[in-house]
Amino acid sequence: MSGIFSATVVAGILRTMLSLSTPFLFAALGETFSQLSGVVNLGVDGIMLLSGFFAFYVTLLTGSVWLGLLVAMIVGLLMGLMMSFVSVSLKAQQGISGIGLQMFGLGMSSLLFKVLVGTVKTVQGFQPIRIPLLADIPFIGPIFFENNALVYIAFALVPISWWILEKTSLGLKIKAVGQNPAAADSVGINVNRVRYFSVCLGAVLAGMAGATLSISIANLFQDNLTAGQGFIAVALVYFGGWTPVGVLGGALLFSLATSAQLWLQVLGVKVPASLAVMLPYILTIVVLTISVNRGKQPAALNKQFFRGEN
Amino acid sequence: MAERRATRNDVDREGRRAELFSFGLRTIVPFMGVIAALLISAVVLVILKADPIAAYGAMFRGAFGSINGLSQSLVKATPLLLVGLGVCIAFRASVINVGGEGQIIMGSLAGTWLALSFPSVPRALLVPACMAMGFIAGAFWGFIPGLLKARFKVNEILSTIMMNSIALQFMNFLLQGPMMDPEGIAAGTFLAQSARLPQNSWLARLIPQTQLHSGAYVALAFAILVYVFLWRTTIGYQIRSVGLNPRASRYAGINVPFNQMLSLTIAGGLSGLAGVIEVLGVHRRILEGLTGGYGFTGIVAALLGSLHPLGLVPASVLFGGLLVGANTMQRAVQVPAALINAILGLIVLFVSGSALLIHQLIKRRKIKAVAQAAAEEAKA
Repeated sequence: MSGIFSATVVAGILRTMLSLSTPFLFAALGETFSQLSGVVNLGVDGIMLLSGFFAFYVTLLTGSVWLGLLVAMIVGLLMGLMMSFVSVSLKAQQGISGIGLQMFGLGMSSLLFKVLVGTVKTVQGFQPIRIPLLADIPFIGPIFFENNALVYIAFALVPISWWILEKTSLGLKIKAVGQNPAAADSVGINVNRVRYFSVCLGAVLAGMAGATLSISIANLFQDNLTAGQGFIAVALVYFGGWTPVGVLGGALLFSLATSAQLWLQVLGVKVPASLAVMLPYILTIVVLTISVNRGKQPAALNKQFFRGEN
Repeated sequence: MAERRATRNDVDREGRRAELFSFGLRTIVPFMGVIAALLISAVVLVILKADPIAAYGAMFRGAFGSINGLSQSLVKATPLLLVGLGVCIAFRASVINVGGEGQIIMGSLAGTWLALSFPSVPRALLVPACMAMGFIAGAFWGFIPGLLKARFKVNEILSTIMMNSIALQFMNFLLQGPMMDPEGIAAGTFLAQSARLPQNSWLARLIPQTQLHSGAYVALAFAILVYVFLWRTTIGYQIRSVGLNPRASRYAGINVPFNQMLSLTIAGGLSGLAGVIEVLGVHRRILEGLTGGYGFTGIVAALLGSLHPLGLVPASVLFGGLLVGANTMQRAVQVPAALINAILGLIVLFVSGSALLIHQLIKRRKIKAVAQAAAEEAKA
């Protein structure tokens, strides 16, 4: 048993944890913006799938991961526009339109993969970048300072998101629109424009989350690559109490659970695989139940805004 | 006296006309959403260098062009109808049941377990018992998110989706272990499927050489039952009033969380029933991929059927046909059947986006009618 708790194993678990938390971070930080403005985007999973496919396909064709990432972000933006047009302009019920977006992303990514790629192919994904000096610190260095660019970007986005939300007028507008759209409207804030911006920003970040899965973690694409991670990311926003730091905590908790389970299997500890895979989903339900941060929930979350009728 | 009666008749006629107008809109606009989704997908087909007319032609022929195709469409319409009925009930209480997939799995597992455990029980007892068992298991799987919603305000969309993943893994665990077909183990194939059910539990096939089974009647009967339940019983009335106006319902003494929990539980039960009927009628054992996406397609059918049990009947036949036709299309023009999922997603987006449009058109007509009446009164 001593082998399980050796320093190498702990380092391995932590490294895997950081890498697995990256897509959660991107998607959940994006969803935080969207929800703070009052729009629940349940299509995150679909956005991750379609942009994940495009990131993979462009990388396969050109060999450039950065081009793949860029295309994934554009696909995310387009799907964000779809979501905001239907949910903000046409005032659809957000739960339904989000499910529509998810089904569209799932079907379209599977269709394009079968037509354009067909078989399982792998790509050369993002490569680890060693940060000089810091990476030489024993134990900590290889865990935190030998990751690929996407991991660094995702973690940098935590303080950046916090700064935008807490220290800029843009952040104030987003939260005002989510708390009391009628009041925001009365002081001249264009509610729909702020919601479009927030949903699209969230969708671009969801696109980056999809790219992270396909060209940084798995380095391949397959049907339903996300396996519901987009929905877990939405749940993390509730868990994080609509704050970037809370979201970070949730993302780390979930990836720790997954990486510990993966390492247990690597080390040959007998757990039926399908029962172990259940764990994150059960954890999500538990987390949703205990995170009674309802007081912090944006007051206008999931509510359409009809100008002049409220 | 005579004049007065005439005006009352006019009002009645106008009321009927308004009702017809709103019914027509609610039927036509979602249907136009389907056409718009098919048009957009046609563009995708052209980009993928496939002939959209040939593709849709193959789809239609495969679904409705032969007795075989038509009966296969009805086979797929059966679970869609049951799942959709559940979605309707939940939606009427303004909760969204996305847990159909998991509830189908739990229902089919429970029904299969019962049939395999009591193989010698006579058919007249075994079949209803299996169906009841499936209903209960599905209802339990809907009750959990319902309870969490009522007690802790847990978002039911997220929790039902998680329940889907849990049920799927649970089924994988059972089919690769305790429930695996002993014949497969003996033959060394180790297929992830259960043993074949005893003949006593099979549903009768209605047309020889096809899979159409008597479960279709059960689904139809439930469509009528759900209609009666929602519009002719007190609980049904409460559920609908919760959906129309939760605040007013609360003041009227209706327990909103309880009704939402109840509607999710019934929705789960109906999906569970769909699962067990799929096993008893079509496969006669549990195997991987049993759910066939019915849990999600059932939502689309419910939306297109205007969330009305009787509107759902034609809608589920239409979508059953689309699912069958997609496979024909795949064989005919080599376009993957996954296209159908993209089309379904677009339909949901369009239909959800058209709700406001319908609302505004009805409102505008009302304003016009009132203005007209006022003008006529002024003239007189």
